[in-house]
Amino acid sequence: MTITTPAVPDTVANAAATPEKVQPYAALGLKEDEYLRIREILGRRPTSGELAMYSVMWSEHCSYKSSKPYLRQFGQKVSEKMKKNLMVGMGENAGVVDVGEGWAVTFKIESHNHPSFIEPFQGAATGVGGIVRDIISMGARPVAVMDALRFGDIDDPDTARVVHGVVSGISFYGNCLGLPNIGGETYFDSVYQANPLVNALAVGVLRHEDLHLANARGVGNKVVLFGARTGGDGIGGASILASDSFSAGGPTKRPAVQVGDPFAEKVLIECCLELFAKGLVEGIQDLGAAGISCATSELASNGDGGMFIDLEKVLLRDPTLTAEEILMSESQERMMAIVTPEKLEGFLAVVDKWDVETSVLGEVTDTGRLVINWRGEEIVNVEPRTVAVDGPVYDRPVAYPTWIDALQADTAARLPRSTDLRADLLTLLGSPNLSDKRWITNQYDKYVLGNTALSFPDDGGMVRVDEESGLGFAVATDANGRYCQLDPYRGAQLALAEAFRNVAATGATPVAVSDCLNFGSPENPEVMWQFSKAVEGLADGCLELEIPVTGGNVSFYNQTGDVPIHPTPVVAVLGVIDDVARRIPSGWQDEGNNIYLLGTTRDELDGSAWAGTLHDHLGGMPPIVDFGAELRLAGLLSAAAEQSLAASAHDLADGGLAQALAEAVLRFGIGARVWITELMQRDGVDATAALFSESTARMLVSVPREDDVRFQGLCEGRGYEFLRIGVTEDSGALEVQDQFTIPVEELRRVHTATMSDRFGAVVG
Amino acid sequence: MPIIVVEVMPKAEILDPQGKAVAGALARLGAASSNAAQFSAVRIGKRFELTVDGAVDDAVLAEVREIAEDMLANTVIEDVVSITVAE
Repeated sequence: MTITTPAVPDTVANAAATPEKVQPYAALGLKEDEYLRIREILGRRPTSGELAMYSVMWSEHCSYKSSKPYLRQFGQKVSEKMKKNLMVGMGENAGVVDVGEGWAVTFKIESHNHPSFIEPFQGAATGVGGIVRDIISMGARPVAVMDALRFGDIDDPDTARVVHGVVSGISFYGNCLGLPNIGGETYFDSVYQANPLVNALAVGVLRHEDLHLANARGVGNKVVLFGARTGGDGIGGASILASDSFSAGGPTKRPAVQVGDPFAEKVLIECCLELFAKGLVEGIQDLGAAGISCATSELASNGDGGMFIDLEKVLLRDPTLTAEEILMSESQERMMAIVTPEKLEGFLAVVDKWDVETSVLGEVTDTGRLVINWRGEEIVNVEPRTVAVDGPVYDRPVAYPTWIDALQADTAARLPRSTDLRADLLTLLGSPNLSDKRWITNQYDKYVLGNTALSFPDDGGMVRVDEESGLGFAVATDANGRYCQLDPYRGAQLALAEAFRNVAATGATPVAVSDCLNFGSPENPEVMWQFSKAVEGLADGCLELEIPVTGGNVSFYNQTGDVPIHPTPVVAVLGVIDDVARRIPSGWQDEGNNIYLLGTTRDELDGSAWAGTLHDHLGGMPPIVDFGAELRLAGLLSAAAEQSLAASAHDLADGGLAQALAEAVLRFGIGARVWITELMQRDGVDATAALFSESTARMLVSVPREDDVRFQGLCEGRGYEFLRIGVTEDSGALEVQDQFTIPVEELRRVHTATMSDRFGAVVG
Repeated sequence: MPIIVVEVMPKAEILDPQGKAVAGALARLGAASSNAAQFSAVRIGKRFELTVDGAVDDAVLAEVREIAEDMLANTVIEDVVSITVAE
């Protein structure tokens, strides 16, 4: 991409004098009507600097122009209870939730999909870096990360390139920062072949009084840029990368991607935390997509509205950068702070101590305009809200997909059911999506910082917040793109229900949601319909569960050629637990415990792993969602955790009961004897459905014999369906009576071979 | 046997954290010594030495050029800056 830069910078005066000048708005991703609107707003043509700012800030990625009308539901469908513990909601860098004892937790999940296809290592690494800076800018100390990944067909030659790059990039950045990676999920599906999804989540912890926001208030306060120098990284990345898609033919757009430096970010974290602790900053914003354009216009819009910047003060890595490039650069590891003149000296002393380069760019003004000078000439003079807030909003056409009725009618009920359930279980257990992911997770630090209570392969990650009281949080992410393809409304609710249940399984109480909505092109009316349904499903679901959406992001244009990905709304649920010592792990650790199945099993195989893996089938309607049941189940688990009645709890999802049993066995190698006849009779299902159905609101719980009576009493008291279906044994095998017996070693071999056969030995 | 040397550098506009770290170290070490030169930047690249069985002709060089672009350099973030023959 080339930006035409005249030898003399294009000044505001010049723009006013030369209205006829042809500008490359289309190459910058702006539509003609958008360009005309900019001219109308300014009352003249934009300068090249202004055009650069508008183009990145009005891109889909930054402006949410297609999704905004739908996302409003997250703010509208709320109850009093949902607002109670919410300290900061949507719209800021990340949501903040009060978790008690004076502590707050902030978390957010964000996509870095397109960069991770072009340059998997740096794309994924900078995805982690970016989300961590969002957390810092709330005033919090980052304490954990997590990733939700989607790759193409595991056997496609290009998949290995992306998998190796993305996983190394995440582990490199996260491990160097010293942050534990406490879980996530990985799926393989050919729909993600040329468009992998890398959704990075970060969690931070802060005291209530440390909360910081991104606004520039107080006339005369200084605007300070600190951290890494500004270079030519990812110029235009925000608009070009995130608003266009890749096609197999033709030249690939390969703009300069960003390269991350985790050691610089680590220093930046400590530097920021010291600045916060000493009360030296009034407002703060991280620099991500759209760089200085975004930070200045957002800070000004959220504050008093006026700001003056001398762009020449920006410290450059490459002195040949033009003003437009400086405005658009996405160089990593940079922050912008608002500092009062009296505290500037103290501020500079702290950044100096951390060896962080800093420059004072300008100050907050009362003009209501964002004015940027370059070499003594005014090159930008705009009302900041028109750049950052009042961008275009599109009411995109929505069309009910022509193919969806036929897809939903094609139910898995017509598929043959085998009599060899042992083989079925092993095939599923070794399938790419249900196989052991330690090849990935073992490359990540899980226990660094010393507060990790649970991490992969447990249902959710859990981290201690307060070392005295044991207060902690749990997080889980989920999304099943296959379900969402069948029915985006229900599919999004299933993602929410599963993430909620995963958090509940740890014994924590779910309190908040962050989501990363990955879809195809919003210009495709069928994709827009999927998006509208998924958002509606999520908002309705959150209202029923009474947990608020605190933030997240939308990633459109995820497609190869004209084929969009399956709708993939990744839902992250955050929970709180009073004392992590009372957490519930997912695997069996002792023999002689009773195994209970909580919830009801229906014959629900449409869209299941069973249908997909054994029959290469996707059709029908995904499982029914019952949020009332999920809430009761979560309440029951929380009570069981409090009374220490459950030795383990594992949620039933992909692969159903069979997969849950195998995973519970494989965690610590404790076997089990299980009977399913009673379950089949009670719920009226056959053995295949009993083992592989993906009915929701179900959980596998193991209970020590001495707590058996109390646990049964708890279930009865709360009116939740429960059935004893087995007992753990140190038999070295999983036995399902009248069906099969599989040695633990065989389960393990099948479970682990899938990833290591293709990508290399499992480390650690 | 002839050796073909391929040199790869990070693209000019791309951050080079390694180089930055060395530049920082040079400045720190230089501060301790009285007559140290001042270096404003350091960039670190890679050097590949490919030992060839037999003579180097245009066909071999063409092949190396292709290998360099396709495999030795990650051309999204790096450039092949030189391919030379060292005897």
